[in-house]
Amino acid sequence: MKYLAMVAALAAPTFAFANPDPADWDAVTSEANGQTVYWNAWGGSTTTNDFISWVGDRVMEDYGVTLEHVKLTDTADAVTRVLSEKQAGENDDGAIDMIWINGSNFAAMKDAELLFGPFAEQLPNWDVVDSEGKTVQTDFTVPVEGYESPWAMAQVVFVHNTATMPDTLGSMDALLEWAQANPGRFSYPQPPDFLGTTFLKQALVDILDDPSVLQVAATDENYDEVTAPLWAYLDALSPQLWREGRAYPATGTAMFPLIADGELDLSISFSPGAASTAIANFELPDTVRTFVLDDGTIGNASFVAIPYNSGSAAGAMVVANFLMSPEAQARAQDPNVLGYGTVLNMAALTADDRALFDALELGIATLSPAELGSVQAEPHPSWMTRIADDWADRYGAGQ
Amino acid sequence: MLGPVIAGLWGTVLPAFGQLPSAGLHGPSLDPFRDLFGWSGLFDAARLSVATGLIATALSLGIVALISASWAGTDAFRALERLLSPLLSVPHAAAAFGLAFLIAPSGWIARLLSPVLTGWERPPDILIVQDPLGLAMIAGLVVKEVPFLLLMTIAAMGQAQPRRSLLVAQSLGYGRVTGWLKTVFPRVYNQIRLPVYVVIAYSMSVVDVAVILGPTTPPTLSVQIVKWMSDPDLSMRLTGAAAALLQLALVIGTLCFWWLGERLIARVGNYWIMSGRRGQLDAPVRVFSLLLGSISALAVFFGLASLLVWSFAAFWSFPNVLPDGFTMRTWTRHGPDAFTTLGETFLIAGIAVLLALALVLGCLEAEHRRGRPLSRRGLWMLYLPLLVPQTAFLPGLQTLLLSIGADVGRIPVILAHLVFVLPYVFLSLGDPWRSWDTRNAIVAGALGARPWAIFWRVRAPMLLRPILIATAVGVAVSVGQYLPTLLIGGGRVSTLTTEAVALASGGDRRAIGVYGLVQTLAALVPFTLALIIPAILWRNRRSLHE
Repeated sequence: MKYLAMVAALAAPTFAFANPDPADWDAVTSEANGQTVYWNAWGGSTTTNDFISWVGDRVMEDYGVTLEHVKLTDTADAVTRVLSEKQAGENDDGAIDMIWINGSNFAAMKDAELLFGPFAEQLPNWDVVDSEGKTVQTDFTVPVEGYESPWAMAQVVFVHNTATMPDTLGSMDALLEWAQANPGRFSYPQPPDFLGTTFLKQALVDILDDPSVLQVAATDENYDEVTAPLWAYLDALSPQLWREGRAYPATGTAMFPLIADGELDLSISFSPGAASTAIANFELPDTVRTFVLDDGTIGNASFVAIPYNSGSAAGAMVVANFLMSPEAQARAQDPNVLGYGTVLNMAALTADDRALFDALELGIATLSPAELGSVQAEPHPSWMTRIADDWADRYGAGQ
Repeated sequence: MLGPVIAGLWGTVLPAFGQLPSAGLHGPSLDPFRDLFGWSGLFDAARLSVATGLIATALSLGIVALISASWAGTDAFRALERLLSPLLSVPHAAAAFGLAFLIAPSGWIARLLSPVLTGWERPPDILIVQDPLGLAMIAGLVVKEVPFLLLMTIAAMGQAQPRRSLLVAQSLGYGRVTGWLKTVFPRVYNQIRLPVYVVIAYSMSVVDVAVILGPTTPPTLSVQIVKWMSDPDLSMRLTGAAAALLQLALVIGTLCFWWLGERLIARVGNYWIMSGRRGQLDAPVRVFSLLLGSISALAVFFGLASLLVWSFAAFWSFPNVLPDGFTMRTWTRHGPDAFTTLGETFLIAGIAVLLALALVLGCLEAEHRRGRPLSRRGLWMLYLPLLVPQTAFLPGLQTLLLSIGADVGRIPVILAHLVFVLPYVFLSLGDPWRSWDTRNAIVAGALGARPWAIFWRVRAPMLLRPILIATAVGVAVSVGQYLPTLLIGGGRVSTLTTEAVALASGGDRRAIGVYGLVQTLAALVPFTLALIIPAILWRNRRSLHE
């Protein structure tokens, strides 16, 4: 017995250090005080970087948590890093405490048991999250199960320069017709960039008569048949693209200067407010507006996850919780800051908190929630990996 | 220098043959190679790597040889030297961004000519940047390698006594260019051979320039390796590892090909020298070489100017030559962060370069006193980190550092930088150091000076210029390191380069302008000092100027 007690005594602190209990919020905040959280997040957008820096100031003020933004070019780098650490036996204090993550990266990490949790639904601010109305409990159809917490909503919008392209388009077929009439004026980021693959998914969802088949994993039997219309569509579209489809922009924001210069009339964005933000930032002309398709467009949530070997999991939970606070959410939705959609349920907010959102001016290029219309669900990630691979073979490498 | 490379390569070889236990993958198997050869873009990607490496190196070397032959020792040469040397410090990524904005269909050159001369109200839909042949990428590499090779040549010429040979040749009736190529170039080339090899290996495996200027359908092999290595699907790392070995084989093969080319040209050149032809084309060659040199210098210069304009630009669209307005907003937003990062960048570079200098000077001095120069094999080992593609061994090195618990923070990053800084410092300093006329040491010894006194009071001062140039090269190399900083620092250490490359994927030209300029500044200051200090110290010692 003595021996067991000793083992317990020795093990307990380590255990508590590695696994703060998300349900005991007071313990979490007191453990978080003084911790440094290394948040690995894509660093390509200066507006996002500024927002993260503001979050850092606020969590330092309220909780004594130091937030360091590790600016990634590709989220997969962080996945690779955690994997290398596991390989090397670094199980207690890895280099990454939090990751801005989504889709296949999340599926891969959850699958390989590289994540801390579940924690998200125990966070205090989860109560005001719109967990019923918004897709925050699945990530590309993969159940989240509390292993990541949402902080922004995204939805596909098409960005057009009304000075050169006054009309909006109602469907992917209309887009093809327009592209054939206006060659070289549309492009999308090169897959596997997430916006590029989103465009492919959006095209597939809109072309298919019944996109519900995409909600379950692709099989060898149905894959070719289901995706055949997509390849026919892209075969027709590709020669009409910017640079005849021989080169593609790297990312969504890399298309802004192309629109500003008049190289493109039309592009795609996954952030409904990004165009307004970019206009305010001199990156887009003020004649730019956004539209969605008649049948609606794909939407999903952005999440943060905590690696299993974070030494500052408590601090990371504090940041994750703060990101879901009305204060942070209202700031993120401000087009002068980020223009990201909120994950919160307006009905669950206090009147004061709701007033924060009511006071926002959404910006000239941003659609209202009503105009954004219905949100179509993300296909299962298995479709995307195969489509991205096939896209690379057909248009990205072997042409 | 051998350790990290071997360890890193081992970490690459295992997964290339299917061994990655942490991902539940056990070899040995040849599947990774099967997958690699099944990739539809492989041929184009490999062809791009080889072609850009060979063409960029040959062009750069050709331009440098012609400029030196035509103008060495003249005022025009000194002017060009002053113009080109600071450009060496311009980080590759910044130069590539600048160049992209100059030559793109919506770029500065098109804006200057439009719509008056071209009739373009909108940019034409032409593929210039990211062209399938990699021409833009080759241009980007050439404008950066010309200053590097030229400075290596200048450092080597100090010991090759070109003036005397040229005088003899000219008194025998040879033209200036022909005389220089026949008498001085073979000696100079012998000293800059390893830098040339490094340029080949670097051009073949560069990532940042290829990402900005190179084609993407498919990309170069090295870019594709980085993509595979960071794919969330872990089995892709095996394909990436196999591709890294292929990359290594391609680099080795290309180096052998170049080496054979050297033999061939040496043989042909011998006939040419023996033929005794005096050369007829001197005048046009001189004009042509000045033109090439100026274009390559001006491309970088105007590229930097475009970064400057972007960093102050309000809205700016085609075909306006200048922005609609100027604003300080970008600098107030990004300036403070950029300068904080500058401090970190300098700290890392400073320590790495000091360590490298101490090691290199110690090594060279020991070599001198023992009278036994580093063997050819030793040299190759020293240069291994530069000849082996970074993508081939850095992920493996990261695993090694992790397993000894030294995975994050500044010190591992400094040591990782040292792996790359040290060979460059050795490369810049070795040949001038060895070519130093040892009779000076004998004279000093005869006058009673002890070895250390000779080192400090005779040799180091006489070689001050190469030492300072080596220091500046070291700082520039450290400032430009992207993969080692990111991988070995665990993303926690950010330098100007990691910040700039992270921004690059977003396409915010204004922020890229700020970071590109500060990054350039970080490497430019040491270069300016390296050129100014000897000129001031030795203003009364004419022959130390060359």
